[in-house]
Amino acid sequence: MPRNSKNKPVITPEIVAEHGLSEGEYEIILDRLGREPNINELGIFSVMWSEHCSYKSSRRHLAKFLTKGDKVIQGPGENAGVIDIGDGDAIIFKMESHNHPSYIEPYQGAATGVGGIMRDVFTMGARPIALMNALRFGEPDHPKTKSLVNGVVAGIGGYGNCVGVPTVGGETNFHKGYNGNILVNAMCVGLARTDNVFYSAAKGIGNPIFYVGSKTGRDGIHGATMASAEFDDDSEEKRPTVQVGDPFTEKLLIEACLELMATDAIIAIQDMGAAGLTSSSIEMADKGGVGIELNLDKVPQREPNMTPYEMMLSESQERMLMVIQPGKEQMAFDVFEKWELDVAQIGKTTDTGRLVLKHQRKKVCDIPIAPLADDAPNLDRPYEIPKSLPVISLSDIHETQDYDDALVRIISNPDIASKRWIWEQYDRTVMTDTVDSSQSGGDAAIVRIHGSNKAVAITTDVTPRYVQADPYEGGKQCVAETWRNLTCVGADPIAITDCLNFGNPERPEIMGQLVGAIEGMNEACRAFDYPVVSGNVSLYNETNGQAIPPTPAVGGVGLIPDLTHFATLNGAKEGDTLILLGETTGWLGSSIYLREILRREEGAPPPVDLEAEKRTGDYVRKLIRMRRVNAVHDLSDGGLAITACEMAFAGNIGMSLNASVGIPLHGWLFGEDQGRYLLAVDEHSVNPVISTAKDKGIIAQVVGKVGGDRITAVGGFDVTLQGLREKHEGWLPEFMS
Amino acid sequence: MKTAVIVFPASNCDRDAAVALEKITGHKAEMVWHRETTLPAGIDFVVIPGGFSYGDYLRSGAMAARSPIVKDIVTKANLGLPVAGFCNGFQILTEAGLLPGALMRNTGLKYVCRPQKLKISNNNTRYTSKYGNVSEVTFPIAHHDGNYFADDETLNKLEKGGRVVFRYDGNPNGSARDIAGICNEAGNVFGMMPHPERAIDPLHGGTDGINLFKSIIESI
Repeated sequence: MPRNSKNKPVITPEIVAEHGLSEGEYEIILDRLGREPNINELGIFSVMWSEHCSYKSSRRHLAKFLTKGDKVIQGPGENAGVIDIGDGDAIIFKMESHNHPSYIEPYQGAATGVGGIMRDVFTMGARPIALMNALRFGEPDHPKTKSLVNGVVAGIGGYGNCVGVPTVGGETNFHKGYNGNILVNAMCVGLARTDNVFYSAAKGIGNPIFYVGSKTGRDGIHGATMASAEFDDDSEEKRPTVQVGDPFTEKLLIEACLELMATDAIIAIQDMGAAGLTSSSIEMADKGGVGIELNLDKVPQREPNMTPYEMMLSESQERMLMVIQPGKEQMAFDVFEKWELDVAQIGKTTDTGRLVLKHQRKKVCDIPIAPLADDAPNLDRPYEIPKSLPVISLSDIHETQDYDDALVRIISNPDIASKRWIWEQYDRTVMTDTVDSSQSGGDAAIVRIHGSNKAVAITTDVTPRYVQADPYEGGKQCVAETWRNLTCVGADPIAITDCLNFGNPERPEIMGQLVGAIEGMNEACRAFDYPVVSGNVSLYNETNGQAIPPTPAVGGVGLIPDLTHFATLNGAKEGDTLILLGETTGWLGSSIYLREILRREEGAPPPVDLEAEKRTGDYVRKLIRMRRVNAVHDLSDGGLAITACEMAFAGNIGMSLNASVGIPLHGWLFGEDQGRYLLAVDEHSVNPVISTAKDKGIIAQVVGKVGGDRITAVGGFDVTLQGLREKHEGWLPEFMS
Repeated sequence: MKTAVIVFPASNCDRDAAVALEKITGHKAEMVWHRETTLPAGIDFVVIPGGFSYGDYLRSGAMAARSPIVKDIVTKANLGLPVAGFCNGFQILTEAGLLPGALMRNTGLKYVCRPQKLKISNNNTRYTSKYGNVSEVTFPIAHHDGNYFADDETLNKLEKGGRVVFRYDGNPNGSARDIAGICNEAGNVFGMMPHPERAIDPLHGGTDGINLFKSIIESI
């Protein structure tokens, strides 16, 4: 680094470029400061204006989302979204990506992803009550896949299990499109009281600023900038930018913060996530319209001789920043010392509107705060929404001659096969409120609100191959599927969080995928009155110019008002009738059948009719509350055949499907038409269920029977439940052995 | 009836244990912080809950076993106070010397969480008397270090003395002789890796854990 006569680094164009700032962006900095920034100030602008922190490519499009609703207490813009679930209870939740670090260092990357998302939730006053994760890995044959799966799963478990929050569900896909960029999206759901939600806006002048948690080290410096760039062959060298997690400290931090939150000592609180002390202090100051002055000598440090630059950009984990009510300092010290956490008063709020940093009695940074937020780049990148792939007619899709073989291949393919090997490594039952989890293979996890008879239902979903084939329809579909999943357990869907994982937005076709998906998602959100309350965007998921499949993961949350009326896919009994709700056309474009049996990845994805979807879902929820159904499962990957198998596995009972009427058999069994549900009902309920459906304009038909120990379809497959289960359970353990 | 749950930094089943105790006894359990040097007066039964005490970065339970409160528990347990440890609590009891043997890393090397079938090996202990003729129960397990180890002499002694209380039906972690839970010679101290406190409500998928708590509470 070039240095001037006072041995200070000179800001050269190379240094500006290394910080990921464009020439134009640097010009704005020069203009706002009226001088050249020093290296600390440059570093601060660099992280605050990184894609990761500023959402500069996506902001104007995210603004289109429905974010308000009757139940929304806080939408996007805070650490997490907050919804009202009645009785003074609030649910606080968010999903976030930790993709880049998890590829470079899978254990720590995934572990700190879980830690970070939990902090976003308890920062707002909620006790975390459930974790979920949405994972995407490369193809199984890729040399890195196995070790990445191992590391990511161990990291998620290692962190969540120790902290004692149940990991209740998630999804895992494998596709060659993720060979160079895996996706690790973690979601946390917490419970708070509506009158005790905490926000990040600093208030008042001269109020003490407290630092709590782990000491600051040299880990994760510039992590946010790293997460805002593509990978190349030397990405391994980025390992030092990955943070290291300490779940023990996180657990202490949760308990200590919740203890202090029960008093009136905290004015504002913010966790130190991406861009650490920099973004936390600036966000608090900016939201509160105040200035902040920090004495960096007071920051608890893990290593000697840390520079201001390192301290401000460190992403050491398990740290919080808070503004404390004057006079309550001792109360705060007492609580944090009880929990043996590092705690220090490192500064105060000011009326200058500036961020002032002092280090060894010198002023090392003095910048106005407003431009960091207000002037953050808000790009209108060129985009081209890719046209949908052409619709493939069913007659152009070859019918298998061996249905037994087709069923076995689909049930044991990596995307559909049981993920028991993964979820058995997660504590799903700690806190003793888990009613249903990955264990049942169901549509949504169910977690009781402690001490009550109501529960939240939680799900994550996206079908990247649909989004790839048609970003708009795929965007609609991922929101609709979460809504459907919540409906399947009898929950009223309330709101979603999202994690938008895409490639390099500087390419118009990638930007087009992002915009198309957002618009499709938004249409579904509006149709269901199902707002987005939190989320994040992860771009530059590319290696050597190869982008991941567009993957807008959606996390949905709903409420089961009374746990005496809920359903799962487990519960079908001998003699039950299977009823299919929703329209079946035999849609095989972009289906699992097409990919796994015919090795074709093409065709328009199934369209989502949002009106029919809503009508059908509302009816399913009503049937569950009337206790008309014994088991419910929605139809998704692999269509009717796979849905029936999954219901059979959960209830450990056979299923026999009737002959198809008017649709070629392969389309009937494996077609992925949307908005459909399979119900198992008592024989005496069949007529009322079907006739009421017809009155409501919902297509309903008897499609089979429950019973025996085989899975059969007239004219199609006939296999034993046990044999099929072995194939379904067998793939992942064998792959990982 | 007064019960206590010990809280270490990063205990995480402390609330679960307290919920179970309140459900069975009708009274709230006292939550006792690890830095206390004595149990509150009049405690009749102590639960050492699951979790990752002190992060378990050393051997599981090793640091907790040396905490101030455990000293007092050891003294009182040796005088007959009923003490049960579940999961991390079991690990702590072995580290504290109240129960023999040690819990090593699972043979599969992975954390494992699943509903686990157990056989009751002795229905005549203070922790199993209420099970009557029931010989099989299901409790959730959730641990990384649940592989019970002791030398043959110790194992023989445990078996002979009827101190093997529960065994795994389908060993999930490599435990010697399928041992899931044991008690001390006097029968007042009991430890097991599975979680009976996670099986006390039909919504947990079963209520097999209730009788374990009832057994010990009614024996007092």
